[in-house]
Amino acid sequence: MKSKIAIKVDDLTVAYNYKPVLWDIDMEVPEGVLMAIVGPNGAGKSTLIKAILGILEPIAGSVSIYGKPYEKQRKLVAYVPQKGSVDWDFPTTALDVVMMGTYGTLGWIKRPGQKEKKASLEALEKVGMLSFKNRQISQLSGGQQQRVFLARALVQNASIYFMDEPFQGVDATTEIAIINILKELRKAGKTLVVVHHDLQTVPEYFDWVTFLNVKKIATGPVKDIFNDDNLTKTYGINYKVAVNK
Amino acid sequence: MTITEYFSLLWNDYTLRTITLGTAVLGAICGMLGSFAVLRKQSLLGDAISHAALPGIALAFLITGAKDSNILLLGALASGLIGTFWIRGMTKKTHLKSDTALGLVLSLFFGFGMLLLTFIQKQPNANQAGLDKYLFGQAATLVEKDVQLMIIVTAICLFVLLLFWKEFKIMLFDAEYTKTLGFNTRFIDILITFFIVLAICLGLQTVGVVLMSAMLLAPAAAARQWTNSLGTMIFLAALFGILSGVVGTAISATQNNLSTGPVIVLVAAVFVLFSFIFSPGRGLLFREIRFRKNRRDLQLKKTLQLMYGIAKTHDTISHPHAIKILNNFHGFTIGTLKKLEEKQWISIDGRQWAMTQKGFEEAENLYNQQKPNE
Repeated sequence: MKSKIAIKVDDLTVAYNYKPVLWDIDMEVPEGVLMAIVGPNGAGKSTLIKAILGILEPIAGSVSIYGKPYEKQRKLVAYVPQKGSVDWDFPTTALDVVMMGTYGTLGWIKRPGQKEKKASLEALEKVGMLSFKNRQISQLSGGQQQRVFLARALVQNASIYFMDEPFQGVDATTEIAIINILKELRKAGKTLVVVHHDLQTVPEYFDWVTFLNVKKIATGPVKDIFNDDNLTKTYGINYKVAVNK
Repeated sequence: MTITEYFSLLWNDYTLRTITLGTAVLGAICGMLGSFAVLRKQSLLGDAISHAALPGIALAFLITGAKDSNILLLGALASGLIGTFWIRGMTKKTHLKSDTALGLVLSLFFGFGMLLLTFIQKQPNANQAGLDKYLFGQAATLVEKDVQLMIIVTAICLFVLLLFWKEFKIMLFDAEYTKTLGFNTRFIDILITFFIVLAICLGLQTVGVVLMSAMLLAPAAAARQWTNSLGTMIFLAALFGILSGVVGTAISATQNNLSTGPVIVLVAAVFVLFSFIFSPGRGLLFREIRFRKNRRDLQLKKTLQLMYGIAKTHDTISHPHAIKILNNFHGFTIGTLKKLEEKQWISIDGRQWAMTQKGFEEAENLYNQQKPNE
């Protein structure tokens, strides 16, 4: 039984000032996996996600979602950016940020109403932040901010989630809460692509992995390809790691 | 002159009314759009744009030979927009950071503008007198059709703001995310930038090139101190802008030899200063008060803890001790002692203190505070 291909990346190349940041990436991500993207600093992990989502302009390559070009399938895709990419001193509340996730389906000009508010409150509750709904976002801790971002993506009801280092700088409780939500999403048939910084937790959290270092080194199930060979190829040093079978 | 006297003056004097209305409307649009500039972290862009507008004014005069303020405004708008897109282009296509690009365009355009102005001065054309009023503004030259234009532009701006409210909000907060939702972020970005340039050009006649950026930023900076809601901030910024205009014009009109433009900017600056000091959430005064209260609170708890340590080592907790033994403790004061007594955590008898049951229990639970509801 072959599962559908959720994301297909062909020949994706991104360069800054003639210096390649991503080179000729070919990747197929099947539906319903929880995939980690790992690689050293400067490997192009964030760039890969941004290029797929059209935030960065690639110099070559294409992306298709369920067989159609990404631009036509935006409603199926949700993005959770890095916490640090946003100014948290902006005058707005946690609820407001989550409601922004509904703007995509609303389209131009139309304002969010009761339906959107209800969905946003539900999303806040799912991430355990309901009591913070009217809190100014600058008063939230790193883990709380990350959860608000996750809620914003949840409210989009997407089929595919792209996340950029969601566990960076969050406390242990938040990390567990988030990974549980991600696993729940996977069980519901969603596809999740997560840029991850902590190799130790890859076998425990993810079932698929992509090794990236400007070029794609390998992509596939964790149990098949998360091994010393690929780690050395990606990180360039000899890695001794215990793989959970 | 009292306020009532001023109002009757306002009522009767057509020119004063026009100028007051004009500066009020200018204040409103500066408040609204200044909020956007401040939240986009593009505060200095306003300065660059206002300076970049100067050659446009000069060229418009040279080409048409007339000092029609609408034509000059178009010239200012054109060169202001060109300057803006130069800055944008430089930041995108070269290694230059935005502040370098800003500084370059500002000085380049302004220098060119000054060159043109001095060239115009030397021309045998009687019409050219007074073009340099655009440097520092001359609100006294505002006429009814100028104010009408300002009102129309501000109304359009308000309409667009309300129409695209959520698009602007999300764009300001998280531009990349906005793109993934499918919005045309370039369009929103250009729309915001265009209105900012327009607001700046509108204000050049009143406040002038040099001071315009202050007028753009001050009301918004002041408003930010009082609220954590975007809508309230923009409303307050507009309000501060209007007040700056009206009060500034009033002061300038009732005193001799005070030019209106700088006075308006100074009034706006006073609002900023006041907001930085006295705003309840972020203001310096209340922060200092909270800080001192925290420090006193901490001192109290530290002293209590020391006493707890001492009291524990005896059979009865209310065993009296000489106050003198606390003298070695850094941070102990007579005031602290009195406060502890007020709270009935200790009792004082002459030169001795003794812990009460209440104080003992308080000290025991000092660090067992309930976590706030999560």
